[in-house]
Amino acid sequence: MRYVDEFRQRELAQQLAAAIRKEADPQRQYNLMEFCGGHTHAIFRYGVQDLMPSNVHFVHGPGCPVCVLPVGRIDNAIQLVEQHDVILCTYGDMLRVPASGRKSLLKIKAGGADIRMVYSTQDALRIARDNPDRQVVFFAIGFETTTPPTAVAIKQARTEALDNFSVFSNHVLTPAAIQNILESPEVREMGSVSIDGFFGPSHVSSIIGSRPYEFFAEEFQRPVVIAGFEPLDVMQSALMLIRQLNEGRHEVENEYTRVVTREGNTKAQSLVAEVFELRRTFEWRGLGLVPYSALQIKKAFAGLDAEQRFHVPAISASDVKGCECPSILRGVKRPTDCKLFGTVCTPENPMGSCMVSSEGACAAYWSYGRFRQPEKSDTREDAA
Amino acid sequence: MNAVVKRFPVRLDVRRGAVDMTHGSGGRAMAQLIEELFVKHLDNELLRQANDQASFTVGSGRMVMSTDGHVISPLFFPGGDIGSLAVHGTINDVAMSGARPLYLSAGFILEEGFPLADLDRIVASMAGAATAAGVPVVTGDTKVVEKGKGDGVFITTTGVGVVPEGVQISGDRARAGDAVLVSGSMGDHGVTIMSSRENLEFETAIKSDSAALHELVADMVAAVPEIHCLRDPTRGGLATTLNELAQQSGVGMVLQEDSIPIKPAVLAACELLGLDPLYIANEGKLICICAQADAERLLKVMQAHPLGRQAAMVGEVVEDPHGFVQMQTSFGGSRIVDWLAGEQLPRIC
Repeated sequence: MRYVDEFRQRELAQQLAAAIRKEADPQRQYNLMEFCGGHTHAIFRYGVQDLMPSNVHFVHGPGCPVCVLPVGRIDNAIQLVEQHDVILCTYGDMLRVPASGRKSLLKIKAGGADIRMVYSTQDALRIARDNPDRQVVFFAIGFETTTPPTAVAIKQARTEALDNFSVFSNHVLTPAAIQNILESPEVREMGSVSIDGFFGPSHVSSIIGSRPYEFFAEEFQRPVVIAGFEPLDVMQSALMLIRQLNEGRHEVENEYTRVVTREGNTKAQSLVAEVFELRRTFEWRGLGLVPYSALQIKKAFAGLDAEQRFHVPAISASDVKGCECPSILRGVKRPTDCKLFGTVCTPENPMGSCMVSSEGACAAYWSYGRFRQPEKSDTREDAA
Repeated sequence: MNAVVKRFPVRLDVRRGAVDMTHGSGGRAMAQLIEELFVKHLDNELLRQANDQASFTVGSGRMVMSTDGHVISPLFFPGGDIGSLAVHGTINDVAMSGARPLYLSAGFILEEGFPLADLDRIVASMAGAATAAGVPVVTGDTKVVEKGKGDGVFITTTGVGVVPEGVQISGDRARAGDAVLVSGSMGDHGVTIMSSRENLEFETAIKSDSAALHELVADMVAAVPEIHCLRDPTRGGLATTLNELAQQSGVGMVLQEDSIPIKPAVLAACELLGLDPLYIANEGKLICICAQADAERLLKVMQAHPLGRQAAMVGEVVEDPHGFVQMQTSFGGSRIVDWLAGEQLPRIC
């Protein structure tokens, strides 16, 4: 496969592995957080950590849209179906995320609720056109990458006067989340977690560009390397981060130059700006309330906002007792530190969101990496 | 059926007609459907006797029996349809014991309103597949459900077969040191079905690999009667089937990603859809586990058969109390190849 195989070559991986071994200082630990679930997935699927020296650690971040959505928002979605009898359109991974009261979208679907799995916002629009007598709600989730298609759908619905269509927006913003992690007491006070540098998001950065990371690279003195999602991208970026750390630099570098520019996709940005505005605050699973970290639909498009149309209430619901998703999403704990991991919580029966999506750290550990931790004695070598 | 007297003055309108509730009522309309559509295509001596059961004598030895329901959507797809699939699926399940399949039964659940032309095409295809395989459909059943209570047609087939003397194939017989072979490229069927779904249409030249594997199995068993395990990696693909075998046998496995045959078009489609080809269904492929010493000979036999040209050794069985199926990735790392979690694609067969 052209443009894919090139980024998965074993020979290049060996060369990069040798370079990393040569340049990584055996006297220090390198704790590198990959923000995105896409990176987590690539690291596990290709076995990238097998090629890394033992003092280079991947710390898994919160960049999995399904994982960070708090229970309350899924409860809201369930209410939309149960109380307002809407057709709810959603991306597949959302179906299995546990909600309050042992419910999930999948379970209420089995109970007869009209929930449709879609692959794009266009599918949701088509369902609205095909069912003019029903209210159709698109359950919009995701970081900056999935926001432009939602904006397109909202504008298209307006143009077509699709009165039965609306969007339940849960779009969130990456830079706000990274900043929140860096400001958290665990990281700030150099206590339990150390994060030395970041792999910057690849798809998100194709939209927002590399510029938004410049502030916190400087402010928090942590290097950021925007990295592609292929395994060679991850290795090359690890090498770039190690070099920056060795040289005492903390800059934003771009490994993913084949897609990402400093300014990003300005057309997509203006489309998003036309339809969405910042929320004052939004709850993230794991991070809690994060100011200005999510998007809501602007007043001009309020008619297409499901939160307005159905008066969606704010619900604060708690995670399953014992579930460590919140700490895992902040990089404070590893999946194997959770008592539920692999006992009552597995991909077949997820108790927490990180076990649901293939981008979630728990699912990746369980599905690809659990032979590395046959016993549950694993502790973080990098804990201070 | 001694149709000396014309039993049905007006012929079944296969071209424009549709299934209605009377076709499942047990009355004359049902009899006509059976005679002018099912028996017409599937015709054989046992079926022609028109009894509620087929009666046949069997030789001595161990018999096997298997059943399989087919609910695939769409009903027609590149490389086959629900009719041929229902024949192949059950023949393969019987053959994975090393048995020679003898007879099939077919149960049809039809939805009111289903076009008779489609049903005719499906049954003709079924007959074609059964004839080509030399395994006749000798008894059957038809039921009709109201509109909206089914989805066109569901077909359940059951098969019986006889295992040759000295063959002892079972999923619990994999032993550390054994070789893991596959008969060809992985994922063709699943990707074909995905590409023909209405909400996911994309163009691909891939065809379903739906095929009856009993003759390939007969060649393999003749060459190496001591084969330990055979299984067709249908739903859940290679990954899930190997996990089943590992669990049944209480062993682990180590695969070499490089040696697993996958067509570039299947890889590309999986890349596009974010799927892993190891979890994609096959309908004309088998997994064989045998002693390392027999592996080369078996591979040659498989490669000599048209359905096994691309056969390859993809890994080995190892001792592992956890029963993990692990893989050395082409990239140079290692990972687990786990059971399929959740539903990758419903109604694939």
